[in-house]
Amino acid sequence: MRNLVRLGLAALATASPLAWADPAIVYDMGGKFDKSFNEAAYRGLQKWKKDTGKPVLEFEIANETQREQALRRLAERGSNPIIAIGFSQAGAVEKVSKEFPKVGFTIIDMVVKHPNVQSVLFKEHEGSFLVGVIAALTSKTGKVGFIGGMDIPLIRKFQCGYEQGVKYANPKAEIFVNMVGTTGAAWSDPARGGELARSHFSRGADVIFAAAGGTGLGVYQAARDAKKFAIGVDSNQNYLQPGTMLTSMVKRVEVSVYDALTAHKPGLTTLGLKEDGVDYALDQYNEKVLAPEVKKKADQAKADIIAGKIKVTDFMADPTCKY
Amino acid sequence: MDAILAGTLLASTLRVATPLILCALAGVLAERSGVIDLGLEGKMLFAAFAAAAVGTVTGSTFVAMLAACGIAVLMSWLHGFATVTHRGDQVVSGMALNIITYGLTAVLAIAWFQQGGQTPPLGEDVRLRPLWPGAGETFGVIVGEGLLGHDGLVYTALALVGVVWFLLYRTRLGLRLRAVGENPNMVDAAGLSVRRLRYLALSMNGVLCGLAGAYLVLAQSAAFAPNMTAGRGYMALAAMIFGRWRPVPALAACLLFGFLDTIAVRLQGVKLPHIGEVPVQAIQALPYLFTVVLLAAFIGRNVAPQALGRPYVKEH
Repeated sequence: MRNLVRLGLAALATASPLAWADPAIVYDMGGKFDKSFNEAAYRGLQKWKKDTGKPVLEFEIANETQREQALRRLAERGSNPIIAIGFSQAGAVEKVSKEFPKVGFTIIDMVVKHPNVQSVLFKEHEGSFLVGVIAALTSKTGKVGFIGGMDIPLIRKFQCGYEQGVKYANPKAEIFVNMVGTTGAAWSDPARGGELARSHFSRGADVIFAAAGGTGLGVYQAARDAKKFAIGVDSNQNYLQPGTMLTSMVKRVEVSVYDALTAHKPGLTTLGLKEDGVDYALDQYNEKVLAPEVKKKADQAKADIIAGKIKVTDFMADPTCKY
Repeated sequence: MDAILAGTLLASTLRVATPLILCALAGVLAERSGVIDLGLEGKMLFAAFAAAAVGTVTGSTFVAMLAACGIAVLMSWLHGFATVTHRGDQVVSGMALNIITYGLTAVLAIAWFQQGGQTPPLGEDVRLRPLWPGAGETFGVIVGEGLLGHDGLVYTALALVGVVWFLLYRTRLGLRLRAVGENPNMVDAAGLSVRRLRYLALSMNGVLCGLAGAYLVLAQSAAFAPNMTAGRGYMALAAMIFGRWRPVPALAACLLFGFLDTIAVRLQGVKLPHIGEVPVQAIQALPYLFTVVLLAAFIGRNVAPQALGRPYVKEH
């Protein structure tokens, strides 16, 4: 009898739901082809699909209320693990992960403290620091801009890191900051993004870092029109406007999605420069505009951050952003 | 510095106000003829999508603008079909158009271009360029860049204010259009077709909305993104009401909104004396707050066209 119980337990332990179910992914507002954050997740998924040949269920939400429904529906269908892209899914993941304790959930950009949830955070402040250094060293006017999408702590984190990088490279530099808006619409208003960029350029800025999802495309276009530089975000966006894209602050969401699909590890995962989770992008589209000495300094700063010689303040830990 | 500030504020105000002006004029035409038009937002959005899609495929600015105007006119006619021909509720029809467009443009964009609802960015030669690119150097910042640094559509929008004013107040057709919005029975008694006049007003309304949508894609940015109008149609509607259904005051209202928007951009993160740093939310609510306050303070009664919102039932 005891052996039977032991056998049963062993069977339970080995028959983890992972072995049978297809994984699923729920994208954030903006859709999987946003050329930015969601698309990075999509790339990770494509790679995993190619490598394993297994199918993955995908869901693109069209409005806020769909998050919870989608997650619950996927869990009911037996998907495992379920990956939720974006901070705004935290509430839904919190609720649904409680209802399905045997299903593994992964949330990107937010922390949900449940035993079956893996939370992946990125040290955006470190990557933003690097592009801040690049912006300040490339700027001829000593004035640079930052355009954030929605006014939320995550975007302030980008801003805070960027400001530190700019000031590190050029303590006298001036930084213009604008947030596009305070609602979800702020992620998809390229016309307003362009207008904000023009306002920065007219004040003398010649490099702008846009962390604004689809709105950023308007910023990059305005930079091209004004023949000034822009810095992309999340995905490598250098190819969008070759010649005026200085670099991109890449956030390797694809790697975290791939890893979560391969091996789901509940708990907190934090990816920074050291883990290659964030970086600045260098490819054939921007190698001509990124000066070698700028690149050298950026790589030096990167090494210093990894070695702990430079401490980058995290806005989440210190909302006053003192440095 | 002050000249630069003034010049850029002026330039930005004109750019932001242009789609509002075009839409507000469109609203004036429709509503003076007695048809409430809440569908400005939807028409502008669909026109923006049409301009982006056709511009990408054909590579021609002219064809893109034609497509934008065409689709907006079609939507106006649909509105007319529901409300003028079949005497449906004008508010409901307008809102329905907005909701349909919001979904349909995104779906079509995903289906045709596979970029998550966006369209590929348009090339330099398709987009509208400033008419006088060197004006800034010749005439200085305020005149050169603020006033002369724009593309053709900005000046077209300003000129159209005069055209619409002339049409409404100095032509026989304008008199009839206004009459049909005030007292359709009289117009009918005079032997004119109420239905034809209202359809005519809606057609002109469509063309103007089309231009507004085309401006968003061809001048302000370079691609379509889902819901890229972001409430501009409603702002235009507010400007039109604020301007008491008259073209020139509506222009003033649009310029005021444009200016407030520009100022809001500048005030973000700036520390004001005695107040400190103003939160982004407060700054961004400013144009809307102004609208409400000014509307409440300035709008008297009985300024809307008498027959506005009432479908005309022909007497036998």
